[in-house]
Amino acid sequence: MIELWNALPLVIQILLKIAAIVLPLLLLVAYYTYAERKVIGYIQVRIGPNRVGWRGWLQPIADAVKLMMKEIIIPTKADKVLFLLAPMIAIAPALAAWAVFPFDEGLVLADINAGLLYILALTSLGVYGIIIAGWSSNSKYALLGAMRSAAQIVAYEIAMGFALVGVLVAAGSLNLGDIVNAQSGNILTWFWLPLLPLFGVYVISGVAETNRAPFDVAEGESEIVAGFHVEYSGMAFAIFFLAEYANMILISALTALLFAGGWLSPLPQSWVAGVFLLDDGFHWLLLKTFFFMFLFLWFRATFPRYRYDQIMRLGWKVFIPITIVWILVVALAVIYRLPPWWSA
Amino acid sequence: MGFEKFLFYVFALITLWAAGMVITRRNPVHAVLFLVLAFVTSAALWILLEAEFLGIVLILVYVGAVMVLFLFVVMMLDVDIATLRAGFIRYLPLGALVTVVMAIEMFLVVGPANFGLDAFPAPAPLGADVSNTRELGLLLYTVYLYPVEIASVILLVAIVAAIRLTLRHRPDTKYIDPSRQVSVKKGPDRIRIVKMATEDQVPMPALAGGHSQDKEETE
Repeated sequence: MIELWNALPLVIQILLKIAAIVLPLLLLVAYYTYAERKVIGYIQVRIGPNRVGWRGWLQPIADAVKLMMKEIIIPTKADKVLFLLAPMIAIAPALAAWAVFPFDEGLVLADINAGLLYILALTSLGVYGIIIAGWSSNSKYALLGAMRSAAQIVAYEIAMGFALVGVLVAAGSLNLGDIVNAQSGNILTWFWLPLLPLFGVYVISGVAETNRAPFDVAEGESEIVAGFHVEYSGMAFAIFFLAEYANMILISALTALLFAGGWLSPLPQSWVAGVFLLDDGFHWLLLKTFFFMFLFLWFRATFPRYRYDQIMRLGWKVFIPITIVWILVVALAVIYRLPPWWSA
Repeated sequence: MGFEKFLFYVFALITLWAAGMVITRRNPVHAVLFLVLAFVTSAALWILLEAEFLGIVLILVYVGAVMVLFLFVVMMLDVDIATLRAGFIRYLPLGALVTVVMAIEMFLVVGPANFGLDAFPAPAPLGADVSNTRELGLLLYTVYLYPVEIASVILLVAIVAAIRLTLRHRPDTKYIDPSRQVSVKKGPDRIRIVKMATEDQVPMPALAGGHSQDKEETE
């Protein structure tokens, strides 16, 4: 097998690796929508989808087939090129960001030095899909949704970026693998504890950045119908849907990586070295990612939608000052080698 | 021609085409989107020059934040092309003069005399383990510390000035003060609980029909 793999040209190898990341990701997106309906169903004392397949397990497949069969309607006075380009611009960064994501020690497609910066730059591009969709639809509701989304994402991106500055100060590296290894030890040496305020800001900004409830004013159906994607139908709409869920998975996985030790085991390495399933490994990353993904659903089922001016106030006047203060605290802790995190 | 050179020409051509479209498109939103494309391809060119940090930061800051705000403003503008083009002929001589002066200046600065491998030999490529970000950070915060700090203070002054210029209190707008809003207590601020003696016990009505009559009695 190894010889066969090495015999392949480099381009084919890279393409196979990309397929090995993107295909499970898309499957996860499909079943994340199913999980969302089930989880919110149970939280609201309902059963959720249970008609297609055993306990509704084939529901996402049925939804995908339905969306593919539907007609893509282009509004008469829409800007056709941009209208069709917008969903692609929305999903491309959500998938491309995975290129530098390490799944286990050394298991990464592109191990670049500025990995964190690359992810931050790519996630900041996702907003173009929403803005272009809103503008090119030639619809008032869509434009209002795009406006809200643009202002919100710019506001929360600053808080999110500052939270990541805290992480890179703490880890002393922009490489995602190095950031995970800087947290090694046990559950208490992961960055969620010394960076607790930044951790909170990052998770909440992540929810705002992905336009999820309670920050989903960009599509607030009670005020602006469905916001930026009101004119979209069929597969064009489905791509926006995919992009939103892929972004949620990306934010969850990044939270697990940057604040919750990635693939590291929560127990000290001296206890679990070599023990099956308790040792460090990809399954821990998966478990942590699923936990943060569940939080997204839990938030949606629990909190009512924020008022728009309150969202802006929270982003600019609460989160950004918190992150600036905590970056200073972390910098001092690193300089004075605060144990147990920076004693080495 | 190496693959890198091929990439350079691809990105350079796209940059020039996009820059041309920025100034020729009628629709301001299209122009801004072409500017975004020009920024992205310029970032790709910088990355080819081994300036990864600058390339990624160009995307992060200019594409991810500045151009989003730009688009935000431009989308709300109602640009009337006719009035924009009204003075075209009148301003053409002055515009042409400025263009010629600028072209001569640019030729003097970046003309062929100042370029080429004999004027600037190609730097040796850096190893894969050299961290661009680290090198840049070390230089900025040691050798160029004072220029960086002075530039940041100038930016801060600009921020303060911009906020001061746009900050105006309009007494006629209904403004919600969130800190006062969240500090509202149920007791004194929102409802007033009035203690009053209960009246004589009213017998519960036996039937629903007796309700209105009951009410009259208590009053």
